Amino acid sequence: MSASTAEITRSGLWKNNVALVQLLGLCPLLAVTSTTINGIGLGLATLITLVLSNTIISAIRNVVRTEVRLPVFVLIIASIVTVIELTMQAWFYDLYLVLGIFIPLIVTNCSIIGRAEGFASKNPVAASALDGFMMGLGFLIVLTILGMLREIIGFGTILANANLMFGEGASALQFTLNEEYGGFLMAILPPGAFFGLALLIVAKNLIETRFYQAPAAKITDSEAEPVAT
Amino acid sequence: MKNYSSPYVTPSASTNRLMLNVIIALIPGTIAYIWYFGMGLIVNLVLAISSALLFETVILLLRKRPLKAYLSDYSAIVTAWLFALCIPMHSPWWLVVVGIGFAMIAGKHLYGGIGFNPFNPAMVGYVVLLISFPVEMTTWYLPLQISPDSLTLVQAFSYSLGLVDIHQWDTLTSATPLDQYKTSLSLNMMISEIRQSPVFGSFAGVGWEWIANWWFIGGIYLIFTKTIRWHIPVAVILGMLILSFSFYIADPDSIASPGFHLFSGGLMLGAFFIATDPVTASTTVKGRLIYGFMIGALVYIIRSWGGYPDGVAFAVLLANMSVPLIDYYTQPRVFGMNPPEDH
Repeated sequence: MSASTAEITRSGLWKNNVALVQLLGLCPLLAVTSTTINGIGLGLATLITLVLSNTIISAIRNVVRTEVRLPVFVLIIASIVTVIELTMQAWFYDLYLVLGIFIPLIVTNCSIIGRAEGFASKNPVAASALDGFMMGLGFLIVLTILGMLREIIGFGTILANANLMFGEGASALQFTLNEEYGGFLMAILPPGAFFGLALLIVAKNLIETRFYQAPAAKITDSEAEPVAT
Repeated sequence: MKNYSSPYVTPSASTNRLMLNVIIALIPGTIAYIWYFGMGLIVNLVLAISSALLFETVILLLRKRPLKAYLSDYSAIVTAWLFALCIPMHSPWWLVVVGIGFAMIAGKHLYGGIGFNPFNPAMVGYVVLLISFPVEMTTWYLPLQISPDSLTLVQAFSYSLGLVDIHQWDTLTSATPLDQYKTSLSLNMMISEIRQSPVFGSFAGVGWEWIANWWFIGGIYLIFTKTIRWHIPVAVILGMLILSFSFYIADPDSIASPGFHLFSGGLMLGAFFIATDPVTASTTVKGRLIYGFMIGALVYIIRSWGGYPDGVAFAVLLANMSVPLIDYYTQPRVFGMNPPEDH
């Protein structure tokens, strides 16, 4: 059962998006997306983890016995995350400090073990690597959009501290809305993350009902329209 | 006149009659508020009520609901009125609009409109502002009686709309009595020393204490017209009294008196007007007592050990959250039925 490239791409980016449809990995998603750069940083780390873990797990899928597969998967994912963590510590130390505990916590991100169990352990290596990449990309895009949304409302900037990731020259990327904008703190706080994610899900469902399906049925009488008195 | 067969159950009051009663009960306290704190409240009220009606109209149109029935039930006006009483005076106009926007959209209509909202919309709007704009939300003004200057209505309007320099009247701002009490206690001052500050009156803050009295009188009117039942306000006041009294007698030098707690901040307004919201409060008799007691106790706990000087909004929202649980465990026994074995 090998899925086509187009199908995997569509599923990862839209139809089965990790953040918007599966609602997996919400803990890092909600916690680190207070700025765009944080979102991109964690999104990239998750993307690389997904590609590597899917590839390795798919490669060994016929060797590992079913009974012990989950501990083996977790060991592989944990090793990959450790490699990524040490890499970030070496080359992106400031970003590593900002993301903190959420880098090692990628191990517990359900989307990774979910893809390992649900896709990589049943499909050939190339398809699994592509699936990991597309799922990771879908997650990265949502993290970036949510980060931008929260940053522009909360701080009035976009891509602040881009130097954490792209080196000193990238500081010029920062876009500031208005110097006098005081900031809407709630967007940075946890409730803002929930509101932001909810709005993105609404947007996705809206696009789907508008362009892909017939419009939803009108409200019926059984839903009790309050009577004007 | 229509003829009905017995047993002649009179129809309960309509939503707009209840809401109109609430507005009538709010008037004496509102006048007292303007008397003590000036024209800023009128600006807040005008901005809040007009933006609430605007948001309500837009959302009703979006939701394809009948406009006239919902706009004429006064519920948006009551929400806006309570909200305007909670936020500081001379706030910038956008603060009022953002707060009312959250109250009407996220607090009320996202849940399905009036009757379906689990949280008090006015408190949702207020708390969003409190955690988002700490500077604007803690800039309070002195009561006129001890203030060096006062603003006319036109000045207050242009101040809120940002037409005049906003730092011009900075000398008129001051900490609220509860704020002053909290910061002074953290400096190890005694109650008798704290009371020397001019913002304190005969038993609570200047102005605040008498406004709270007028809320109390408005609340009595609500109980007499059967707009609200007595259980919630009594339980709120009892919860506050029991906690504040037991701590006060243990250490009267460094704990404020129960009278101060009762007549400070938003407790009286909360007990009679906010906690009693028929949609978000508990619906059983026992449940109302538990719900009210919980609010009173939580306000004391937040004031004494929390990060904010007053906690009525947080207490009401926390109690709103517990209402389904409280109602579940306090269902009255149906007459003639055996008491339930277990839940």
